[in-house]
Amino acid sequence: MGVLVVIASLALSLAFGGRPTSFEELVHAVFAPDGSVADIAIRELRWPRTLNALAVGTCVGVAGCLAQGQTRNPIADPGLLGIYPGAALAIVAGSLLPGAAGMSTYAQAGFAFAGAVTACALVIAVGSATRHGATPLTLVLAGAAVSALAGGVVSLIVLSSDAALDTLRFWQMGSVAARGALLPQLVPLIIVGLVLAVANIGPLNALALGDDTARSLGVSVARARILGLAALAVLAAASVTLAGPLAFAGLLVPHAVRGLVGADYRWQIPGSALFGASLLLLTDTAGRVIARPGELPVGVVLAVVGAPFFIYLARRRRLVTL
Amino acid sequence: MTTATQPAPRDDTALLSAHGLTLGFDGRTVVPSLDVAFARGTVTSVIGPNGCGKSTLLRGLGRLLRPQAGRVALDGGDLAGMSSRATAQRMSILPQTPHAPSGLTVGELVARGRHPRQRWYQQFSHSDEGAIADALAATDIADLAATPLEDLSGGQRQRAWISMILAQETELMLLDEPTTYLDLAHQVDVLELVRRLNQDMGRTVVMVLHDISLAARYSDVIIAMRDGRIVAEGPPSDVITPELLWEVFGLRAEVIQEPTEGRPHVVPLGAGSVKSAAAPGMRAGLQVMSEADA
Repeated sequence: MGVLVVIASLALSLAFGGRPTSFEELVHAVFAPDGSVADIAIRELRWPRTLNALAVGTCVGVAGCLAQGQTRNPIADPGLLGIYPGAALAIVAGSLLPGAAGMSTYAQAGFAFAGAVTACALVIAVGSATRHGATPLTLVLAGAAVSALAGGVVSLIVLSSDAALDTLRFWQMGSVAARGALLPQLVPLIIVGLVLAVANIGPLNALALGDDTARSLGVSVARARILGLAALAVLAAASVTLAGPLAFAGLLVPHAVRGLVGADYRWQIPGSALFGASLLLLTDTAGRVIARPGELPVGVVLAVVGAPFFIYLARRRRLVTL
Repeated sequence: MTTATQPAPRDDTALLSAHGLTLGFDGRTVVPSLDVAFARGTVTSVIGPNGCGKSTLLRGLGRLLRPQAGRVALDGGDLAGMSSRATAQRMSILPQTPHAPSGLTVGELVARGRHPRQRWYQQFSHSDEGAIADALAATDIADLAATPLEDLSGGQRQRAWISMILAQETELMLLDEPTTYLDLAHQVDVLELVRRLNQDMGRTVVMVLHDISLAARYSDVIIAMRDGRIVAEGPPSDVITPELLWEVFGLRAEVIQEPTEGRPHVVPLGAGSVKSAAAPGMRAGLQVMSEADA
């Protein structure tokens, strides 16, 4: 079912764009391209961004599910471990380097990914440096501290450098359109992240009953937590590199999926991947159609779609706990 | 297993034993160098005042708390040398305040008890289904399998948790205050279940209980703790005495025989000062009691 929704979303994403195209043009572009304007729009513009939305949606959905499951905190999102300020700091710091003006997008992506992963590692290290190891509470606190610190330094740098501000503005736009070309480089890492997430499903189900119960069920809590956080770090860093901050999607997806499939992570993790992919594909397509001939970045559309959903969640009779 | 030629003094029938076990946290020692053994096929209750270290002891025995010194042996094998998975196939623990996500059904909860017997590439098998069905039936909640945990009464919820660790199919079960927050009828209900698990299903049970009379009623062995040490240990009728209740709880009480099974039953007369219950104070306390008797 979920797979069908993803395929339908994918088709919609290809069929609708800033330039209206007919069904014949779509078929033409897919099966018999000859370099017409519509062919180029679909094959060169829509196809990469569609794949990018698919990948980013999968990453953000699974990362959000991991973030909430590992911390048992229903308001955790993929930004939990400080990836956004971490990536932003690496990018603005990189723009201050000599020769930064000619730096390629690939090099900047390297900075973004490295910054995001470094921030995660720092948060995990700080959050684990207690006598209990990494607990949901220490992780959230460490994430907040590292985010505040990195955010402060980012503000300081962009206040003093216009070049840094311009670079940051490009990378902070929540959009799947601009950086689709980076996807092939990140696919192996995304696959690693997804495999780690799947391996974390059993421990997540046990950890949902509390650390003590998980331990008594034979789960090595420290190992399960590091494994899950590593998966979260890789997936979230990949998503921020490919599409900028879309934490809201990572917050929304697991809530919606829990409502659909229940409390079992054997369904939640794949469900979050499929739901996240569909959500990004559909909101990105909507952003292209609503504001023709221009377009709205997917981050903006997500916020508009997501806010009412959260108001609905908050008004539900039974509050969600994890 | 220990050999017949050199049997350890109290280890020969012990399923679980602690040797010089020292437990604590925050650099503080709560249980100093404790030796204890739990015989196979018995129900043991640990009693004692708040903060005496009884829950800490249970957590230490159940490897939820790493010992500062000493060791715990399960069937003669050192717990520290066993994988958590192997341990979880032989020993289950019900923590004091377990946690469940909203929307989790009774059936899903009980299924999670199978975790130590599953691999990530093989999530579910027929033996799992059988064990889950048996656990639900044994705790009499099979008809609630599809009900979310939060819709249950306190007594039903506790039975669901016990069902979960029952599905783990371990010989040894550790229960940390399984009757907390339950009214008397449901406390008895849970303890009757514990007795059935022991007598009909051969499970060895070690639990922490607050209610001394219920502990005496449903246990083969009582362990009374105070300040991290074992003050008395033995059959309920030997351990539950007015002197011990004064020494351990600072409670002046009479002990009578309850009418159904002739087990000791505590009738409190009034609480003394817990601090004055050291050796001289205890004598004074007993004097007060004898004056009251006179």
